[in-house]
Parts: sequence; structure tokens; C-alpha cells
Amino acid sequence: MKIIYTDSLVIGGGLAGLRVAIASMQRGYDTIVLSLVPAKRSHSAAAQGGMQASLGATIKGDGDDEEVHFGDTVRGSDWGCDQDVARMFVNTSPKAIRQLSAWGVPWSRVRAGDREVVINGEKVTITEKQEAHGLITARDFGGTKKWRTCYTSDGAGHTMLYTMDNKAIQMGIPVHERKEAIALIHEDGVCYGAIVRDLITGELIAYVAKATTIATGGYGRLYAISTNAVISEGIGNAIALETGIATLGNMEAVQFHPTAIVPVGILTTEGCRGDGGLLLDKDGYRFMPDYEPDKKELASRDVVSRRMTEHMRKGKGTPSRYGDHLWLDITLLGRKHIEKNLREVKEICEYFLGIDPVEEYIPVRPTQHYSMGGIRTKPTGESPTLKGLFSAGEAACWDMHGFNRLGGNSVAETVVAGMIVGEYVADYCAENALNVSTSTIQDFMKREEKKITDLLVRDFGENPFRLKAEMQKIMMDKVGIFRNGEDLEQAVEELKVLNQRAKRIALRNRISSSNPELVEAIRVPKMIKLAQCVAYGAMLRTESRGAHAREDYPERNDRDWLKRTLTTWKDDSADLPELTYEDLNIMKMELPPASRGYGVDNTVHHPDTPKREQEIEEIKKANPGADRFELQQLLNPIPIPEKFKGKNERIGRGFK
Amino acid sequence: MSDQERVLKFQIFRYNPQKQGDKPRMVTYEVTEAPGMTIFIALNDIREQQDPSLQFDFVCRAGICGSCAMVVNGQPTLACRTMTSTFEDGEIKLLPLPGFELIGDLSVNTGKFMRAMSERVESWIHDKNADEVNFEKLEERMDPDVADEIYELERCVECGACVSACATKRMRPDFLSAVGFMRLARFAMDPRDKRSDEEFYEIMGDDDGVFGCMTLLGCEDYCPKDLPHQTQIAYLRRKMALIK
Repeated sequence: MKIIYTDSLVIGGGLAGLRVAIASMQRGYDTIVLSLVPAKRSHSAAAQGGMQASLGATIKGDGDDEEVHFGDTVRGSDWGCDQDVARMFVNTSPKAIRQLSAWGVPWSRVRAGDREVVINGEKVTITEKQEAHGLITARDFGGTKKWRTCYTSDGAGHTMLYTMDNKAIQMGIPVHERKEAIALIHEDGVCYGAIVRDLITGELIAYVAKATTIATGGYGRLYAISTNAVISEGIGNAIALETGIATLGNMEAVQFHPTAIVPVGILTTEGCRGDGGLLLDKDGYRFMPDYEPDKKELASRDVVSRRMTEHMRKGKGTPSRYGDHLWLDITLLGRKHIEKNLREVKEICEYFLGIDPVEEYIPVRPTQHYSMGGIRTKPTGESPTLKGLFSAGEAACWDMHGFNRLGGNSVAETVVAGMIVGEYVADYCAENALNVSTSTIQDFMKREEKKITDLLVRDFGENPFRLKAEMQKIMMDKVGIFRNGEDLEQAVEELKVLNQRAKRIALRNRISSSNPELVEAIRVPKMIKLAQCVAYGAMLRTESRGAHAREDYPERNDRDWLKRTLTTWKDDSADLPELTYEDLNIMKMELPPASRGYGVDNTVHHPDTPKREQEIEEIKKANPGADRFELQQLLNPIPIPEKFKGKNERIGRGFK
Repeated sequence: MSDQERVLKFQIFRYNPQKQGDKPRMVTYEVTEAPGMTIFIALNDIREQQDPSLQFDFVCRAGICGSCAMVVNGQPTLACRTMTSTFEDGEIKLLPLPGFELIGDLSVNTGKFMRAMSERVESWIHDKNADEVNFEKLEERMDPDVADEIYELERCVECGACVSACATKRMRPDFLSAVGFMRLARFAMDPRDKRSDEEFYEIMGDDDGVFGCMTLLGCEDYCPKDLPHQTQIAYLRRKMALIK
């Protein structure tokens, strides 16, 4: 049995995983990163638009700070987020971006003087301040009060990931590529690493570690059409679920991005609309102002995606052989802007659609994009139920996004969570000895070996590719943008059947080394379980919140549903996961629930909401001289690692 | 786009070094073309419908991550964004990228090569203070044009097309190749990187470095991101020639 020991094992080589690895290495702990692919190919690279940090250097970000970013994030989450975590996040994001700047990201900068921009379909001249010249600039994104999304052209994820991986290489952090974690090793409620399959040789290796961090990204590929990379299959989430101890949070919270191209589902960044692009229907009519007169195309993602779907249901979509779609018009931005700031979008249009977006409209449709749900963690990033298991980034339900993530808050989360969780991982390595019996490691190894042997010897059975396609279709048709009880019940039942069928997979290519069919056979049963978590969670949540939109329960119901779904799968032979709920405590919220300001407010309020509002008023009255930092301490004191506690400087206001 | 279906003929290199006794060979697969079909879609179709052992690498399938470079009808390119409709006779021959360790079929180990390249050129900001920077304070300013110019050179996706298109690399196994030169040019331009020209010379001032380039410029011809390899190699060579 091959065993590799380390202090800090990180599963996933994207932005979040690499940043956690850097943190534990900086603190002197032996660290290994496992990745399905070379780290620089991780899905983080595909993030185009940018990262939210309230630097406030551009004139359109004037007045921005942690409070404004916090408010946008909480409202964006439809009050489903953990406000402690959202607060840690907004306070740390400016530090994260400045650190990345020192490490090499060529963030686009403010240029002093006049420049022409497009706002609400009109050309407008804005004047950047002289004292801001050369500082990191920002663009507009949906659901934000200020221009806060910092970027490098439309390759922000690429430059961030390259910088982060280069930093990891500089530090000598080993990245074991083409390795897949297929099970977690745990004993007495403590996680000790993972059983890992080498995707080239097929060898199983036990990576035994003090702390294990899952940073494997989202589960977008549960859907047939997704903007996600093909490796975003949620396997990190699934192996946590399969421990029967770790919990997954809010798996039903799945985001659909308004503007993926039709039919292939490749993303065009929200930066297209942030920079002034418009959504048009089959008649060339700009419809968003009719639905959302205030934020128009730049309403929160979930809202825009639903409005687009509503508009197409009214017969206003452009028909095509792949179904109806709408148009994204960026022609008004002009060639110069597109070739400088939206060049990946331009390339994608040229290669996949054969069009020049400077001259022609882009066919778009809302498409699965982001997983708000994931491995439930405490604010430290550790699982509340399985000690020593950490998670960061999209794989986690750290829960700063609640039921809808703002554009630009995702890559921001990866690096901020990486910093914060990375410190707690290092603390954990400092405080805990590695104390696991080799017989436990052996048991897990044997169990996984047997599963693979069973697959290799079975003569007749199910085709894993076909099972996956069936699952993806169910998720597309019945667990999509708009949901209803009837469809969801059907989805839950159909997925149960798939779960059973997935126990009888047989292979045509029966070799244990490099074998794409075996990879699929190992993953598909795990993916079906995750799909069941999503569908079942969606069926039971009888309200609409953020991206979870129930046609039969259109109101946000704080009274009964201001809570987070927790999913476990304790009995492997069961055909459904177990769901419990944890309440969000309004009496601790800095920002008690209110209307997000979209459409009609039909919220069913919680009795604690007015109580907390009154309490906040009283605290404010009792402390008339308190500045925003003192007030925040009074309203909701939260722990942040010592390193990241300081205030953030901005031009024109210093550290205030 | 025409509705008429045609049958594409794929000739694909097959060899699995993990499988004892396996021999390199070309195998032909037929696929019914679908509208908007890319080589990514076609290869998945072959794997799912005809041969589940077929190995290839895709990640983003959007031309962003650089995983899927392969030799398509004699030319290295990103397979994911190559439309089958661009091949008039419907015949498509696929080979793995030369110049890299073969994993199997169309899959090569670019990751190992690129990590070694990054270590060799020390692909990071060299500044003793980069780790001590006080990130509570305003970031160091940068000229907006310089930031834009760095990004132009940082758009490389490490796909390896330039390496496989390079005749010098074929003759000199340790030749740094265009991907390495582009990375060096990117850091040489960056005011945050404090390395001197002499230090850069130590990395690339020999025949396995910038002086070995025969200026055949396959890199320039085949870079899927249209990076300015010719200009940057010439720039580095001039810069290095002035050192000693």
C-alpha cells in the first residue's frame, strides 16, 4: 500500500486550493496539492469579468467601502448568506487584491482625465481623478451600488490563476497532477486525508494528512448545459457527502447566468453588460427596463435570468433550432473597447459562433453557471461535523453567497477564503497531531480497491455515459431556473431510479490504468447522489429565495424558511439523502431581512425582523459618536485572523 | 448552416503506453456531423458511442485553458474551438502534440513541461519586498499602459502549440521555446520584477535560450492567442546581445 504523508493536503489546484496551500506553506507546514489537471488549467482560469474589492479608486467607485460591499452581498444573497462570513469577506477582499497586485497580477489601472463610457445605452464622459492615476480600476457589475469589479481586460481569472500558481511554484509547493481523490479517510469523526487514484497509472495512493482541504469547485456539470468546465463535476462535494458525517449546505442553490452563448453554453462575461451592453428580444427591443426600471440589465443575476426566461415565455425569444434565445448587444461599445476590454468574448464569438460582436448581436440564454451550495463549513472553513476537513471556494458552502452570488464575488471568494481558511488550516496543523491507525487507512484503501475491481469484472450492466446523460437531462428539465412541486417530485423519483441503476455499471474497456470509462464509472454514481441532494432540497424548500425560484411558492418566506439546508448521506444503501435545517439568527444580523428592490415585494417576514431593526436603532442611538468600525463591532463582532484585521486605505479618505 | 448531415471521417492516433504490448496505430472513426460541431463534441461522441478507451484532454472547452492542443490535419491548434464544418472534405486527422511526453492517444503531459519551464525561467515577481507588502495601504501605482502591455504578453495559455511547431525544439531537446521566451518578456517588462538584464541573461543567454532560435517562427504562425512571439524574441535577443 502506497502512503504519502503530509501536514496539509489540498484537493483542487484552482485559485482557492492554491491560496490555502500557500498559506499553510508560509506557516511552515508540509503541503501537497492534488489536481485533476495542471493547476493553470483549473476552471478559475475561465473567470472573465473580475473580482469585487471596494477599493473605490475609479470615480464611479467613489464612496465605496466595506459597508457598501457588505450590503450588496447580503441583498444579493436574498438574505440567505452567513453575515459573519460576508463581513469577513468584504473586509479582507481589498487586502487580497493588493497582495495579488504585489505578486504580479497586471490589474487594469485608472487613467486620470476624461474617458467615454456607455451607461444605460448612452455615451457618457466621466473624469477620473488625478490622484487615482495608476491605482487599480474597476468596472460595473450587476447588483452593486458602485463600480467595484477589478479586472484585467476580460481575463481576470486567467491572470489571477497564473499569478497564484507561479507563487506556489516559487514556494516549491508540489502539485500532484492527474490525481483524483475518490474517498476521504476518516476515523472517529476526524478526517485524515484521502484515497487518491492516479489517472495515468490507475494506482491507488493514500494521502494521509493532518488537515484536508477540498477546493474542487462547483457541480455545474450535473446539468446538460453549463458554462462550467467539464471537470466541474462536484466530486469533492460527493466524497465529503459519502463520509456520512460531513454535511453539504444549500445544495438547491444553483445559479443561472444570463448570458451564455447558444447552443454550447460558453459564458460571455457580465462585464459585457457592466460596460454598457444591452439585452434585446427578437424585435430588437430592449426589454429589461420594462421589468426592472431601476437596475435594468444590471439587476442581480438570478433576477435577469428569470426576466429573460419570462420574456421568452411571452414569445419574445428568437427561435432557433436549439430553442429560443435573446440577443446581447455590445456593438454600441465600439471596436476599440471590445478589442481591449472584452477580447476573450470577441474570440469566443468568432470561433464558436462565427460572428464579430463589434458588428453583430450575440445569441444568449440563461445557463447553469454557479453552485452556491457545497460543503458546509464554519467561518474558519472547517466542517462543523467532520474535524480536520476544510473547504474553500465554490466547493464550499462557507456561505457568503446565500441563494444568489453577485458577479465578481466568486473569484474574490476563492482568494479571500483561501487566505482566511488557509490560516485556520495552518492553526489546525499546529494544534493537532496526526493520529490515525494504519488499519483504518488500509480499510479505506481496500474498500475503494474492491469497488474498482467490481467494476472491472462485471460482465453486463449499465453504461456510465448514458446514466450521466439521463441525470443531466432530468436536472435541465425539472430542476432549472423556474421550479415547481410536480416537476421536482418527478425529478426526485427519477433520480432515485438512476441511483439504483448506477450500482450496476459495467465497462466495455476493462483496464485499471488510464481509462476514461472507468473515470466516468467512478464519478457518475457520486454525481447522481449530488443531483439527488439538489433536487430533493429544491422540492422541500417551499419558498422562492434568490436563484431558487418556485412557481408554486413565489414569495420569499423568512418566517418559515430563513434557514440553511443541511444534507447528509449516512446510509450508503439509502436511496435519498437526509435533510435537516439550521436557522439563520436574525437577532445577530447586521443587516436584517428587507426587500431586495426587484419586482413586487411579497416577502413573508419573520417576527424577529422588526425586533432586530428596533434593537439596531437603539444601539445606534446609544452610541451616537461611533464610527462605522465601532458600530460594526457593536452590531456583530466577528473573528478575523490577526493578519487581516487592519483597516483598508482608500484615496481621499485614508483609513476612515 | 446547412441542415444536410454528412459523415465525418476521423483518423486518430491510438497508443496506450500503459497497456502492455500496445502498438501505435491510426484508427478511423465515422461520426455524423451535427450543426456547430467542434472537435471537442466529436471526440466525446466517439468516446461515448464507439470507443470508451479513447484518451484526450479538454477542460474549459472554450479556448481559454489550453488543455486540448493537438495536431489537426498537420497543424497544432486548440481542438475545442475547431469547428468540423471548416474541413471541406470531412476528413480530419488527429495526432498528439509532438515535443511532449505521451500519456495516451491524444493526451500529452504539457503540465510537467510547463511546470519545469516556469521553474527554469523563475516565472514570478522577483522582489524581496513582495511578501512584506502592507496590503492595508494603497497598492503601488502602475502606468495604465504598462499594465495593459503586460496583460498582452500574459495571455499565453501554455497550450504547447508553439513548442510543437518549433523546429529548433526538435533539434535541441532543452530549448526553452517560445512559451518560455514569452514568459521572460512578460516579467522583463514588469516594473515590479527587479531582476537585472544580467540575471535574465543567466536564464536565456545561450543556445538553449534565445540565441538558439532559428527564427523559423512556427510559434508565431500557430499561437492560438496570436501572441507577438516574433517581436518579443527579437526584443529579448537584442536586449541579451547588449549584455556581453
